[in-house]
Amino acid sequence: MLRKKECVAMLLAGGQGSRLYALTNNIAKPAVSFGAKYRIIDFPLSNCINSGIDTVGVLTQYQPLVLNEYVGNGQPWDLDRTFGGVHILSPYEAKKDTSWYKGTANAIYQNIRFMKMYNPEYVLILSGDHIYKMDYDKMLQAHKDTNADCTIACMQVPMKEASRFGILNTNHDGSIYEFEEKPKQPKSDLASMGIYIFTASKLFKYLELDEQDPNSSNDFGKNILPAMLNAGEKMQSYRFEGYWKDVGTISSLLEANMDLLGAVPNFELDDSKHVIHSRSPLAPPAFVEGEVINSIVATGGEVEGTVINSVVGTNCVIEKGAIVKDSVLMGNIVVKAGAQVNYSIIDEEVTIEENAVIGLAKEEASKIDGKTSGITVLGRGVNVQKGGVVPAGEIVDKNV
Amino acid sequence: MASTVGVIFSSINEENVPELTKVRSIGSVPYGGRYRLVDFALSNMVNSGITTVGMITKNNYQSLMDHLGSGKDWDLARKEGGLILLPPYSSSSEILYQNRLEALRCATAFLNKATADFVVLADSDAIYKLDYSKIIEAHTANNADITMVYHEHDIKKSRYYITFDIDKDQRITSVNINPPAIGKGKCYVNVMVARRSYLLNLIQDSQQRGYKSFGRDILAHGVNSIKMYGYKLEGYYESIDSINSYLKANMDLLNKNVRNEIFGDRDVYTKINDSAPAKFSETAKVKNSLVSDGCIIEGTVENCILFRGVKIGKDAVVKNCILMTDNVIGDNCNLNYVISDKNSVIRDNRTLSGCEVQPYFINKGSLI
Repeated sequence: MLRKKECVAMLLAGGQGSRLYALTNNIAKPAVSFGAKYRIIDFPLSNCINSGIDTVGVLTQYQPLVLNEYVGNGQPWDLDRTFGGVHILSPYEAKKDTSWYKGTANAIYQNIRFMKMYNPEYVLILSGDHIYKMDYDKMLQAHKDTNADCTIACMQVPMKEASRFGILNTNHDGSIYEFEEKPKQPKSDLASMGIYIFTASKLFKYLELDEQDPNSSNDFGKNILPAMLNAGEKMQSYRFEGYWKDVGTISSLLEANMDLLGAVPNFELDDSKHVIHSRSPLAPPAFVEGEVINSIVATGGEVEGTVINSVVGTNCVIEKGAIVKDSVLMGNIVVKAGAQVNYSIIDEEVTIEENAVIGLAKEEASKIDGKTSGITVLGRGVNVQKGGVVPAGEIVDKNV
Repeated sequence: MASTVGVIFSSINEENVPELTKVRSIGSVPYGGRYRLVDFALSNMVNSGITTVGMITKNNYQSLMDHLGSGKDWDLARKEGGLILLPPYSSSSEILYQNRLEALRCATAFLNKATADFVVLADSDAIYKLDYSKIIEAHTANNADITMVYHEHDIKKSRYYITFDIDKDQRITSVNINPPAIGKGKCYVNVMVARRSYLLNLIQDSQQRGYKSFGRDILAHGVNSIKMYGYKLEGYYESIDSINSYLKANMDLLNKNVRNEIFGDRDVYTKINDSAPAKFSETAKVKNSLVSDGCIIEGTVENCILFRGVKIGKDAVVKNCILMTDNVIGDNCNLNYVISDKNSVIRDNRTLSGCEVQPYFINKGSLI
């Protein structure tokens, strides 16, 4: 019997995530912490296993250390398999044509042999920087039902934001007649989510054609999809309804974290039908003594100060008299007595000494016009000295 | 460390806490928000470098098996050794084992197959931190036959209790069974070390002689002929031998020093479960409590241990309680000194109260 997998997922996790500034100095974007106990990559990996896809290639290139360690053998997602499972795919040296991944399409092209090991009928292409819960199996079913060569997941976005996305112009039956990458004058509000299902043979064909074109930038959105459309291949849209967020910027990352709060949050993590798996830490339950209001707190913490509208990650210590408000604390953070953290994103392993003041109240800070829209960012391992002040909107990656 | 295998009794001394062991073995009694009692004995072994552990079970070990699985969460899913369940072995005419010696016979095949030099035996009804490699060092240095671990505390009035008299070289000079519960004593914590070959001989010998009691027939009887040494366990130790000590051992975790001692500078391994982080609403008021993943708190919580997935309704006031996994406390409830086993639901507006010496116990899966 020939062993095969119907559908193999390829997760693009190589991006530097330069718009997250200090948060991605040493780690790839998919490894950035999210929602107190998760990392961004937990979402696509959990979606895969919850959709019945158990073979995933994770394509890494930029600062892969934390990501590789985190994904490991895939056991936390039940992706440790005798045939299939999760595999980290880094650029490698071959006898000829050795190179780093040049673009999204080239990254997949360089791993055609990996996909062919599983003899798949379909290939699912995913990004490693989106927060959402999705059943890819429904999308695959739609792909089969419409007999498409490529299906692109899309969702409606406000018209004024449409020019930030790849926009699909579709017929009534959902077929795509035009694909515009970040159009100045969008004709539709259907944005591509960067999730594609290809019939494997077509994908391999167009990847090889693209590779032969020296002028191509080897990108799915810019090259592969338009090439398939021009050649008359059957391209379908698949409408997704539900929560989906690109967390590629500081403000969208904060916003997505805040979407977890509230009695009926915009994005529900506590969902027994669609569990988000993660490499859960072994820490004991959180000890809570202080005032914790409208917030989520992961295990291992010692919270004796005040926490309002915030996300507190694993093993955070918030001492008596400290105040954390409208902020994201990623993990292993110490906020000492009397310190204040406002409207900030604090990366892992940060220590904020007594009476230091980070950021400014949200109402004031959000008026500041800057690359982080007033959100203060402390990078991994930063130490803020006693009484230190970090003004709103600053990005700090050295001790202050 | 010298090559060592572990043996854990997951089902001994269950009679002490019938409420909690009605539906499970003592080893799988939930503790401290996310743990089972057996996690402490197992983690002590794993953290001492022991990679082969036999788990002696009796009956009702479904919940224990569900918790342990393949042993992977303790790094004990291995090709060589790892976690091995030792269910009771008996011919159809026999009843299941009645005492520690008979229980140990379940492990004979496991011990014969093992190649390690030493065996560590431990119960699973206590919370403590212990590095077994240090005991084996002492055991070897003393050229002992058996090394018994003790802790100095007030002698309790319990069904079965052993204390030692020990000379200045740590040699055990007498073994006292059920001594009067007066003052402090060197109390046996049911952890012992022996060479594997010595232990196997001891088991065989006791079977031939028809010995019934490990404490009386072997320890007390052999105090002069067997080279028995004591090893003092320093620091925190609490065994679960009543519902009161269960309450106390849990509440002790609200003390920072105990928490640091038990959980600091090492991992306590347990089954991993991917619950969402705990959520605190606009109306939550939480003081001096442990809160696990998956909790949703809308009311007031003081001096409590909340296990995974506990929901506390609006205007509910919960004090001095242990609420196990997936308890749902309705709006406007008032609970004081309640220990509620897993999956129970307390409807809105209920008032339930026990007291420190007599906590109110709610059975698993109750609806009140």
